[in-house]
Amino acid sequence: MSAPASTLAALGPVARRPPRAQAAGVRRSRLSNALFVLPFVLLYAVLVLVPLAQGFWISFHEHDLLSDEHTWIGLENYANLLDDEIFLQVLWNTLRFVLISVPVFVVLSLALALALNRPGRLSAWLRGMFFSASVLSVTIVTLVWRLALMPDRGLVAQLLSHVGLGDVSFLTSETLALPTVAMITVWWIIGLPMMLFLSALQQIPGDVYEAAALDNATRWRTLLSVTLPALKRTVMLVAIIEIIRECQVFPQILLLTAGGPNNSSRSIVQFIYEQAFVQLSLGYATAASQVLFAFLLVGVSFQLWLQRDKRGAAR
Amino acid sequence: MTALKLEQVGKSYGSIRVIERLSLEVDTGEFIVFLGPSGCGKTSLLRMVAGLEEVSEGRVLIAGQDVTQWAPGRRNLAMVFQHYALYPHMTVRANLAFGLKNIGTSDAEIARRIDEAARMLELGKLLDRKPEQLSGGQRQRVAIGRAVVKEPAIFLFDEPLSNLDAALRGRTRIELARLHQRLGATMIFVTHDQLEAMTLATRIVVMNGGAIEQVGTPAEVYRRPATRFVAGFIGTPAMNFIQATRQADAGERVALALPGGGALVTRVPAQGPARGANLVLGVRPENLRLCDAEGAVLAGTVDLVEFLGERTLAHVRLADDTTVGATVTGAAPQVGERVGLSVDTAEAHLFDDGAVAHHAEAAPAAVVPLRRATS
Repeated sequence: MSAPASTLAALGPVARRPPRAQAAGVRRSRLSNALFVLPFVLLYAVLVLVPLAQGFWISFHEHDLLSDEHTWIGLENYANLLDDEIFLQVLWNTLRFVLISVPVFVVLSLALALALNRPGRLSAWLRGMFFSASVLSVTIVTLVWRLALMPDRGLVAQLLSHVGLGDVSFLTSETLALPTVAMITVWWIIGLPMMLFLSALQQIPGDVYEAAALDNATRWRTLLSVTLPALKRTVMLVAIIEIIRECQVFPQILLLTAGGPNNSSRSIVQFIYEQAFVQLSLGYATAASQVLFAFLLVGVSFQLWLQRDKRGAAR
Repeated sequence: MTALKLEQVGKSYGSIRVIERLSLEVDTGEFIVFLGPSGCGKTSLLRMVAGLEEVSEGRVLIAGQDVTQWAPGRRNLAMVFQHYALYPHMTVRANLAFGLKNIGTSDAEIARRIDEAARMLELGKLLDRKPEQLSGGQRQRVAIGRAVVKEPAIFLFDEPLSNLDAALRGRTRIELARLHQRLGATMIFVTHDQLEAMTLATRIVVMNGGAIEQVGTPAEVYRRPATRFVAGFIGTPAMNFIQATRQADAGERVALALPGGGALVTRVPAQGPARGANLVLGVRPENLRLCDAEGAVLAGTVDLVEFLGERTLAHVRLADDTTVGATVTGAAPQVGERVGLSVDTAEAHLFDDGAVAHHAEAAPAAVVPLRRATS
């Protein structure tokens, strides 16, 4: 038997299969496709979806963490949150922290990436330096900065007195505490957004810059017309990552100012932590968590909506 | 008038020299093709003309002005890149206008030039699209359009057809030739494809190993190649090279002993190649024809017969075990058959030890009678 004929013969039973059997085959193959994603879906469900639903459920209860007793109270936790001056203050503090730190993250990491996107040992060394702070633990970072910001003897105080400025109490001033923590946070984790911008910069083909050079574009015009448009998606990515990260700011605040002075630097995650594990009122804490969740959802959706392209798809 | 002049231009990366000092003059309106294998320095040379690559030594003059140290944008050039290099986030119209806006061209003038280029290159319907919405061929036309609107002194093309499929490459090649005719502009085109070079160029610059091997019209580089490299690089199927020993001159001409003992009196003047040199006979397959083995100057056995459509090529193994390609006239021979070969001496070249070519004296083409060697 010739080769094509034997191939046809082998295909015969499949080709002649009745439609119902074929449909069953398609169902079976879909099932096997689903098996491939099952491990992820399971983990995602167990670690994200179930706790999310559980948290949502608990937020409708008065729930004592110690005795594990709970009573259904409906929306009372949410109503109480709206009346809670400290909660409104921490909400505002968190928003302020995001508004201060995210633009600085985007602009500064972009500037660093632009400055360091060149071959050579110095650039490589500086890239490593800026990234290296990110690997430090929050304890070390806050310790270093507490020492640096110490009144009178600290590095910053000495520098300020050197240039003739008086002592500024960064961490104990109601106006300066939150911006100071924001700047320390930027110093600490600027490395990641810088790397994201660097990798995006290196994706831009060199010949586009050569075309711009032949088109008489100045450096400034090249930056505005070639580089920045190519980085649009990365700006978006960095902004979203940083909004999510900074909305959840907590350990550096706890270690630097403990939320003070006078609640001026207390963040929403710190509030949730204190309600759940210090006050032991889990229901109230989970209700605050749901507010943070909604906060993030709205913020990120708004960002995606702003950046949508003409075809309506978010990019 | 001279559009471009290269004076002793060289390029080195550290201690590695990639382009030897070379000089070249290009007249206004010429279509010059830099042709050579990969790594021969042709693209580096083009980029030095554009100002994208620093010149290590020598001078580049455009329209008589020394532009060696000038920024690319000041040189009044336009370049079409191998990968198009369109600005991805700009529409086609903005891509075309970008360079003109940068030099302060008025909006009315920009609109006029874009309209004209769009008409010439059939870009009208594409003007409001972005590069990602275009096919490869359309992107290439936009890239050419971006060069055309600038009305530059010199157009530079860096292997612009290499990313297109065969059919589109053929069409774009013809469009480029038309564009050159219509604009009458000076164009410099880099390629490793000899078909592109032969069909487009008014003159071809054949390069090898960072040096110029020959500058000449397509007919010159094909019919009178300056070196063995040019002879071997230009033409498909390639020229045959046959080892030969020089014999006592036959009058004013070089006489050779060929593998298998045949003797051939060439038409190359005796004073051409240095005496005592080992010579290589170069003959293109179309000038080597199958004939009767009996009494032929060269004989061998047929290895393979290739039917190429308009002609048939026989690969014949000679006495020294080299294989040559020869044109079949008449019935195709059988593989393993013993055949003779006749050489058209008017188109036969000799290459000496230095790989320099010596050509047959220009004379009315006639096949010199061949005789079987007796020695």
